[in-house]
Amino acid sequence: MSTRLATGGRLLNKDKAVRFTFNGQQMRGFEGDTLASALLANDQMLVGRSFKYHRPRGIVAAGPEEPNALVNLGVEGKFEPNQRATTTELFEGLLATSQNHWPSLEFDVGAINAKLSRFMPAGFYYKMFIHPRPLWKHLYEPFIRQAAGLGQAPKGRDADTYEHFHTFCDVLVVGGGIAGLLAARSAAQAGARVLILEQTAHWGGRAPVDGGEVDGKPVDKIVDELVSELSDMGNVTMRLRTMGAGVYDHGYVLGYERLTDHAPEADGPRHRLWRIRAGHVVTATGAIERPLSFAGNDIPGVMLAAAVRDYVVNYGVSPGDRTVIVTNNDDAYRTASALKAAGLDVPAILDARVLPVDSPLVAEAKAAGIRVLMGHGVAKVLGGKRVTGVAVCSQAGEGAVLEEIACDTVAMSGGWSPVVHLWSHCGGKLLWDNDFAMFRPDVDKAPLGADGTAFVSPAGSANGHFGLAELVGDAHAMGRAAAKATGHTPKKAAAPDAHSVEEAPMAPVWLMPQGAGKALRGKAWLDYQNDVKVSDVQLAAQEGFESVEHAKRYTTLGMATDQGKLSNINGLAILSDALNQPIPQTGTTTFRPPYTPISMGAIAGEARGKVFQPIRRTPLHDWHDANGANWEPVGQWRRPYAFVRNGETVYDAVMRETKNVRENLGLLDASTLGKLIVKGPDAGKFLDMLYTNMMSTLKPGKCRYGLMCSENGFLIDDGVVARIDDQTFLCHTTTGGAESIHQHMEEWLQTEWWDMQVYVANVTEQYAQIAVVGPNARKALEALGGMDVSAEALGFMEWTDGTLGGFDVRAYRISFSGELSYEIAVKASEGQALWDALMAVGDSLGVMSYGTEALHILRAEKGFIMIGDETDGTVIPQDLGLNWALSKKKDDYLGKRAQQRTHMADPARWKLVGLETVDGSVLPDGAYAVADGTNANGQRNMQGRVTSSYHSPNLKKGIAMGLVLHGPERMGEVIEFPGTDGTTCKAKIVSPVFYDPDGEKQNV
Amino acid sequence: MLILTCPNCGVTGEETEFHAGGEAHLKRFGPGSSDGEFETYLFMRENPKGVHFERWRHVYGCGKWFHAARCTTTLEVFGTYSAQVTEPPKEIRDTISEKRPGWTWRDFA
Amino acid sequence: MSNAISALNGATWAEGIAAVTEAPMQGMITLRGPLSDAKLKKAATTVAGVDMPGAGQAHVADDRGLCWMSPDELLVLCPYDDVAANTETMQSHLGDLHSLCVDVSDARAVFDLSGPHAREVLAKLVPVDMAPDQFTPGMFRRTRMAQVPAAFWMHDSDTIRIVCFRSQAQYVFDLLTTAAQPGSAVQIF
Repeated sequence: MSTRLATGGRLLNKDKAVRFTFNGQQMRGFEGDTLASALLANDQMLVGRSFKYHRPRGIVAAGPEEPNALVNLGVEGKFEPNQRATTTELFEGLLATSQNHWPSLEFDVGAINAKLSRFMPAGFYYKMFIHPRPLWKHLYEPFIRQAAGLGQAPKGRDADTYEHFHTFCDVLVVGGGIAGLLAARSAAQAGARVLILEQTAHWGGRAPVDGGEVDGKPVDKIVDELVSELSDMGNVTMRLRTMGAGVYDHGYVLGYERLTDHAPEADGPRHRLWRIRAGHVVTATGAIERPLSFAGNDIPGVMLAAAVRDYVVNYGVSPGDRTVIVTNNDDAYRTASALKAAGLDVPAILDARVLPVDSPLVAEAKAAGIRVLMGHGVAKVLGGKRVTGVAVCSQAGEGAVLEEIACDTVAMSGGWSPVVHLWSHCGGKLLWDNDFAMFRPDVDKAPLGADGTAFVSPAGSANGHFGLAELVGDAHAMGRAAAKATGHTPKKAAAPDAHSVEEAPMAPVWLMPQGAGKALRGKAWLDYQNDVKVSDVQLAAQEGFESVEHAKRYTTLGMATDQGKLSNINGLAILSDALNQPIPQTGTTTFRPPYTPISMGAIAGEARGKVFQPIRRTPLHDWHDANGANWEPVGQWRRPYAFVRNGETVYDAVMRETKNVRENLGLLDASTLGKLIVKGPDAGKFLDMLYTNMMSTLKPGKCRYGLMCSENGFLIDDGVVARIDDQTFLCHTTTGGAESIHQHMEEWLQTEWWDMQVYVANVTEQYAQIAVVGPNARKALEALGGMDVSAEALGFMEWTDGTLGGFDVRAYRISFSGELSYEIAVKASEGQALWDALMAVGDSLGVMSYGTEALHILRAEKGFIMIGDETDGTVIPQDLGLNWALSKKKDDYLGKRAQQRTHMADPARWKLVGLETVDGSVLPDGAYAVADGTNANGQRNMQGRVTSSYHSPNLKKGIAMGLVLHGPERMGEVIEFPGTDGTTCKAKIVSPVFYDPDGEKQNV
Repeated sequence: MLILTCPNCGVTGEETEFHAGGEAHLKRFGPGSSDGEFETYLFMRENPKGVHFERWRHVYGCGKWFHAARCTTTLEVFGTYSAQVTEPPKEIRDTISEKRPGWTWRDFA
Repeated sequence: MSNAISALNGATWAEGIAAVTEAPMQGMITLRGPLSDAKLKKAATTVAGVDMPGAGQAHVADDRGLCWMSPDELLVLCPYDDVAANTETMQSHLGDLHSLCVDVSDARAVFDLSGPHAREVLAKLVPVDMAPDQFTPGMFRRTRMAQVPAAFWMHDSDTIRIVCFRSQAQYVFDLLTTAAQPGSAVQIF
């Protein structure tokens, strides 16, 4: 059983007990524990079930590479699935439950899959569920969905907050182990601005566990000294609990800081995403130990050798009383020493190698009385939910059992792989190191930055240097080189002095025993989380999935939440062997960020709730909100769709508002319309190029409606242009067009016609603009007083500056409704006051505010087009019968050439008409009109579509606009619009001007 | 995520402050041009693996357009320069020649 | 005019690691033209009472100043009530020089973000190096603030003055108060 030791635990504060709950059971740990170490201290080795076969799974590792110990943490708004127990710091009241089992962790019905495992090889789901097709949707998929996925999706709203932080540095060091600290120091000593990140809560990494001396002092002492030295340097920022998550182009790195995961009651954000821009990145990310592939290597109690000594040394936890060590290298012997030092039993070390001479570590083990069996391995592990022993065999054979050794823990080591993820994220290449059977960074093929030079350097064991002396020297050199790369000059300084223990060469062992038969291979796990075995990868190769990327997807090797940190190298070695090719030829799958999963909240940062997106408000927003506005998003603006009164539906309100404008007086907030000042000696010439019609001939004081097309010929915007003076125009754009048309103008001025003397300014938000519309509009303005708004003084399509009710205003007499109508622009800060004044004088004139839907109906009654309704990016002015707005006098304007292309000039283009249903009902918006016959695909031919459709309360019938083949020549013809419900609407082609065709109402 | 230096205001900023504006040094063809010329102007674009010339706008900064010479494979930025030119300036072309001898792009080399 | 109401009517908040205050209406005039022209320089410096700023700089004293917006644009700051008179003065200096002078005071909102953590609060929202030795008094930066455009400068040693569009004032206020929430100090500057 696993238990807490009386001694040891360098990371623990044994004065502070911490209570926590696992699967409803109260347990105790200490401050400084991880959830994994605390579970082990409570003899909870079994922590979950595997994904596919629901096999019992225990803790394997002690760090972020852990594939098995995934738990649900917290409840309700603090619930989070798939949290690694090995990286979860223990805190008072922590609540964890295990995952992927039913009804309980100890007894799981899904484990039947394990019994069927030989019928569920790689690709099982693909092969099994593909036929018959209809069953997928109704039977297979719902069933598989139920069974799929680890953990549970959170149901409540996330109660925590998150944020981003932008920071910059010369040298970013990722990893706060001995190598990272040394690299940071040498870079900082050269004067570089240094940021160093460490994912755990402690500096020093593995070094204090593995021991050794640097500059004549024990390595843990050196770590403390380095940390204190760096903390005192003004040019160094140090961050614990912050993982380097990803390295991206041009020195962009994401850091993932976990602020309150270990202190959930604390104020402030839970996670902070550091958006770092570094001149140079040093990846001192360490190395990860590889498992060995032998039968039963997934039984709880089989752990990585280094993890076993981490638990003993760091947390004072014994994973088991009797530990058999199985290895292909010297490093695992350190675990034997650590266990012995803690007073635990090591019945045997099974070493797959045959060494001619004992290396110092082997000799030390033997001297300590440990039985060392060279050339031996594990035939299979005995036990179910916990290891009970190992069957020993010769590594060279097929697995004939020589003896059984009783034990409750197996500590395995298949060698080490440098953590090359961050090196690789942005294109750093790898090379195969035969001596250590690993991929390590190829420093000659580093990721390249904005200036084309390398911007990432690996350091220490992440660079394949495992001996303390080599590691320390490498870190020192890489730190200096990083400082140099960012323009600093390191002073002469020797690397710290360290001594490496001499180790015998490791021997690559990808399968144990080497000749393991089918039965053993089918129980030798590569990927614990996704349940991929040696036999699955071999099957993939046999079935032709020879590319490592294909084999990965076919078997799901390395596709779990741990992204194959333990399984990738072992898996591709098996694949290479099956394909009979060297490992480097097989290559690796692509390393993609993040290094370990980061929270969605951290990615979103502050962008949630009220700041999820910027909502733009007009100066009248609060009045609208207080007066029943039913909001409509128009781009980022919010405009009132209608003002709903008590007892009304939104539809009722729209009808009321629409009628009232024609009968009395309506006020519309038109502030969102774009207003661009275009000024300069060439302003007229410039606008002649931008608009399809002539603007240069417009007289000061007058307004003209204009159309804008893209160079493709398609309509992009429309609006009223007012000429302010000889050199100045004010161009109104659509609500969505203010920024885009401003940009459009600047683009042409800056990149094509830079010789034109024109300046543009966007003054959209300087003004509140209020449309005063209806038969009583003039009376309302006269009641305010101050300006002559008579037909004589201010004619249709004219504007004037003056005062109204004491406000300085600019009044435009323009109409988008066919009614007598003025648009009054006033400074934004006075917008509400003017609106209030208009409401007051309008009180006796039947005033009502109206929203965008009434605006739409009013313009449709008049047959006025709306950009975005009648246009969709494929419509040209000629389609809309707007030929009158296309100047024939101008040689050129944007879109003119495109409109001469054959397809644009085709008489068969659909053209704008009005549509009136035979029965007075409302045509479905967007409905298509069908024609006789079918097209090449057997579909019915189309001859038109509805672009706008409303019920007109003024005309008391449905009115619509649409684009119809030869429409204008087919007045009176009835065409058919099939609905989606099987019914068909019949509509007559009519003029699009439904109301007041002679324009008498606005001409007063 | 790229970093670019705006030659108009001197700010070196991250990509999110800028807006990519497509291929550089297009020659506009208007009324009177042939269908072929107009098609080339409107639709035909380079898609090189390597040296490329683009237009960018410093949209969240000074609002000005500029040109950038970049490598589409390594993302190296050879330089940024004024939008008010019809071809890459000599110093930009020399820089590229030094780093990518023998490069060509449309009619430039 | 007494009717002038700023976007958030002077909203303030001081419950976190930095204080956020909407400044009163600030006179702002966009001046576009050749910045090297003597007439333009005269027009700008006369009404602002400060020297011409170089690229990326803001010369501001109280509510008067000049901010360098782009190679052909300045933002002229002056008291709100002086805008019309100052625009006229500028026009008279500019004469027939091709230029544009337009009141944008009402199109903007101005915030002061203050306190010892002001720099790091802003660094949560803008992709700009806010380290004290990198963003120094006298500098002016236009950039992206979360999802909207903004410009800012150091108004004093621990106050940052931020300008945004009026329609986005509420969003910007909410952003700043979110970024300044209690317990969120980064402790880096």
